[in-house]
Amino acid sequence: MISMILISAFMLGGGLFSLLAAVGVIRFPDVYTRMHAATKAPAFGILLLQTAAALYFASLYAIAISLMVVVFIFLTAPVASHSISRVAHLLNIPKWSGMVMDEMDDDLDIADPQKDAKT
Amino acid sequence: MNSYALIPEWVSISTLAMLALAILLAMFRLMKGPTLPDRIVALDLIAALCMCFAIAYAISSSEVRYLDIAAIVALVAFIGTVAYATYLKKKYL
Repeated sequence: MISMILISAFMLGGGLFSLLAAVGVIRFPDVYTRMHAATKAPAFGILLLQTAAALYFASLYAIAISLMVVVFIFLTAPVASHSISRVAHLLNIPKWSGMVMDEMDDDLDIADPQKDAKT
Repeated sequence: MNSYALIPEWVSISTLAMLALAILLAMFRLMKGPTLPDRIVALDLIAALCMCFAIAYAISSSEVRYLDIAAIVALVAFIGTVAYATYLKKKYL
């Protein structure tokens, strides 16, 4: 009974976080905020759903594969979002008018190592 | 029959419905997205949502083997996203 309630709560929480990520991708104004919504919330949703799966199956196989997927997602999601946002900034994708500060604008020479080779 | 804890029908149904709605919304952004990085973000989100869908379906159908889908998609989607970003950088800079 307790495990049933826990698994149901984890499943609904994971689904809700994933839905929130999609709503954020629809509603946010520019690439950087969309990227922020699209990479953080599904990572947490996958964590919740894999916890629900590990609790539900309660076998060594399910627990091992859940742990592997969660560790891999939490290692790679920042790398992927970083590379997307970096390439968006290098391509001069228009920013939201309400953006307060952009530290990468000051260090574009550092951000683009190929610049010296080209000029 | 298995000895798994019985979760209510409406929990798995509503979780799968929320994930399907989320995939639809991400697909809308994939079609509409004004710039190319928007579409890459939407594709990355769709891959993550497919992983969520596979896990939720594994729970709702009591089939352990469906968890493998999530592992494989996690391995492939990361490579795809980084490859898209590298391709954009090589092409336009």
